[in-house]
Amino acid sequence: MHLLVELKEGILISLRAIRANKMRSVLTTLGIVIGIVSVTLMATAIEGVNRAFDKSAAAFGTDVLYIQRFPWISNEDWHTFRNRPRLEVQNAAAIERQSKLTDAVAPVLTTRRRLTQRDESMESAFVTGTTHQYMMVSGGTLAEGRFFSAEESNGARPVCVIGATVAETLFPRQDPISNVIRVAGFPYTVVGVFEKQGGLFGEFTTDTRVFVPMNSFQSKFGSRRRDVTIQVRVAKAAEMEDAKLELEGIMRKLRRIDPGKENNFNINQQEILTATFAPISLVIASIGLFITGLSLFVGGIGIMNIMFVSVTERTKEIGIRKAIGARRRSILMQFLVEAAALCLIGGVIGLAIAFPLSLIVDQVLPTAMPVSVVAVAIMISLVVGVISGFLPAYRAARMDPVEALRYE
Amino acid sequence: MSVIELTNIVKTYDMGEAEEVQALRGVTITIGKNEYVAIMGPSGSGKSTLMNVIGCLDTPTSGQYLFNGLVVSEMNDNQLAQIRNKEIGFVFQTFNLLARSDSLHNVELPLIYGGIPSTERRRRAKETLEHVGLGDRSHHKPNELSGGQRQRVAIARALVTRPSIILADEPTGNLDTKTGEEIMMLFEELHSQGNTIVLVTHEADVAAHAHRTIRLRDGMVESDELVTTRRSYTQAAAS
Repeated sequence: MHLLVELKEGILISLRAIRANKMRSVLTTLGIVIGIVSVTLMATAIEGVNRAFDKSAAAFGTDVLYIQRFPWISNEDWHTFRNRPRLEVQNAAAIERQSKLTDAVAPVLTTRRRLTQRDESMESAFVTGTTHQYMMVSGGTLAEGRFFSAEESNGARPVCVIGATVAETLFPRQDPISNVIRVAGFPYTVVGVFEKQGGLFGEFTTDTRVFVPMNSFQSKFGSRRRDVTIQVRVAKAAEMEDAKLELEGIMRKLRRIDPGKENNFNINQQEILTATFAPISLVIASIGLFITGLSLFVGGIGIMNIMFVSVTERTKEIGIRKAIGARRRSILMQFLVEAAALCLIGGVIGLAIAFPLSLIVDQVLPTAMPVSVVAVAIMISLVVGVISGFLPAYRAARMDPVEALRYE
Repeated sequence: MSVIELTNIVKTYDMGEAEEVQALRGVTITIGKNEYVAIMGPSGSGKSTLMNVIGCLDTPTSGQYLFNGLVVSEMNDNQLAQIRNKEIGFVFQTFNLLARSDSLHNVELPLIYGGIPSTERRRRAKETLEHVGLGDRSHHKPNELSGGQRQRVAIARALVTRPSIILADEPTGNLDTKTGEEIMMLFEELHSQGNTIVLVTHEADVAAHAHRTIRLRDGMVESDELVTTRRSYTQAAAS
């Protein structure tokens, strides 16, 4: 009860004091405003990078294993992998037959070719040969149309599914479905278009890709001296590790690798990327927030400075209040509340400035100011206020009433 | 029972380098309920120090101070603040009002530190302002009031907690003679209503309003006598 009454009085006094020294309050608050703007924008940008990464990583599919000649991320020298044998398209069929823990397998072969459609063209787009099962072993989704069917895939029909960027480039004013594009001169009818993926790994998304049936790919563009990736979907996410062991066994058997010898292939998965990226992103985030946090720190020093001035200026007032019964606690609270109010106002103004700026950031890097950042920013400005107000407030609270009353 | 019982109060100020100033050198005073006492003395006599001790703003170096039977001389900061809040009403020479607050809020202030809820606070503050004749000035800030009115606000602030004593330090020092007389009449009235008043002054005119005069010299009580040729309420009004 006591405390509440005093808190209300404290808030009233501080608002009055802030209003009485408008210019000074504005300048002091500016430090906090700048601090909060930089911290929240940094947090928003970090959020954007994380989102972009998550989105990109999602394109690989969480339950998909990639059997490949090279590991995605490795500390070892390139030449240790260079002499490994390439995977073969037929391996996919063998795996499909032998594996019990997976429910979809698709071989994937990629090359670069020129695409044309009437007057429009696209230089060196990625052309990928795969089977009808591809949709099950990737994270992509179709915007319109369909993926090619098993019959079209097996029969090497001249059909294709194109990525969003390809569709935009070749069909600027027209729906691509049922139209024919030429891949290195060979005609393919578009049956489906992928949704736009964007993200960090431009080359690995479907955006700049054309998917054609594997059999057609091999006859038109050849399959020798190309790296095949075999993408496999694990039936139950919980059996990821078992599935990896099973695939490893199948591959070792196919390649007749003696026990005790190392694998000459790698089984990659999305997790490798996230596991590698997470600590990097953490370091970037910590450094970024630390550096921008410095500006908030400087703002806090500004608050502390002005609170010392405020306490000295109001020595007489402190004396009066003490004479009529204010305890140390009451005086301490009064100045803490004032410092916190200054910072809180700064924090709110900072957020009001940072929010429209975050919308600009959003244009470059899709992001949104996270609600947690807003809450944390408000909390931080309060904490900065209380910390930087503490020393001045403590000095005020410890004043001798007789001395303070005598002060002119 | 007496309100204030000072026994052999000594107050020394440490001026550094082993130099000490003895402001009070063994003061013994008893002040009873509903007394009207003037403490007089030239500057340097220790009357300010004595007022600070009586007002619980300062603690004596030695000696015992009983306030309503409580040992004030051994209290800590918070306990002293509580005594000041509940039991003592200060009236200062320079009024010492909060410049940014209106009369009402100034009068409410001790009640805020006493933890009184706002509706009751406001009611009591209004009542007290009316009591000192400023019912229509409750939303004026100090700089919109005359000196006499400011001192009345200060007196209302001192009265609002219904303290055991009112401690006035040169309450007319910054006022012209006529306004000063008016303020002294107000004190007279408050005394007749049962309040205990301790007045610190160096002006014989002002002290003449009190019923008892204690003179200090060099930190000791020089004389302590009841006033017989007191300027009465009617005489003051006639002058």
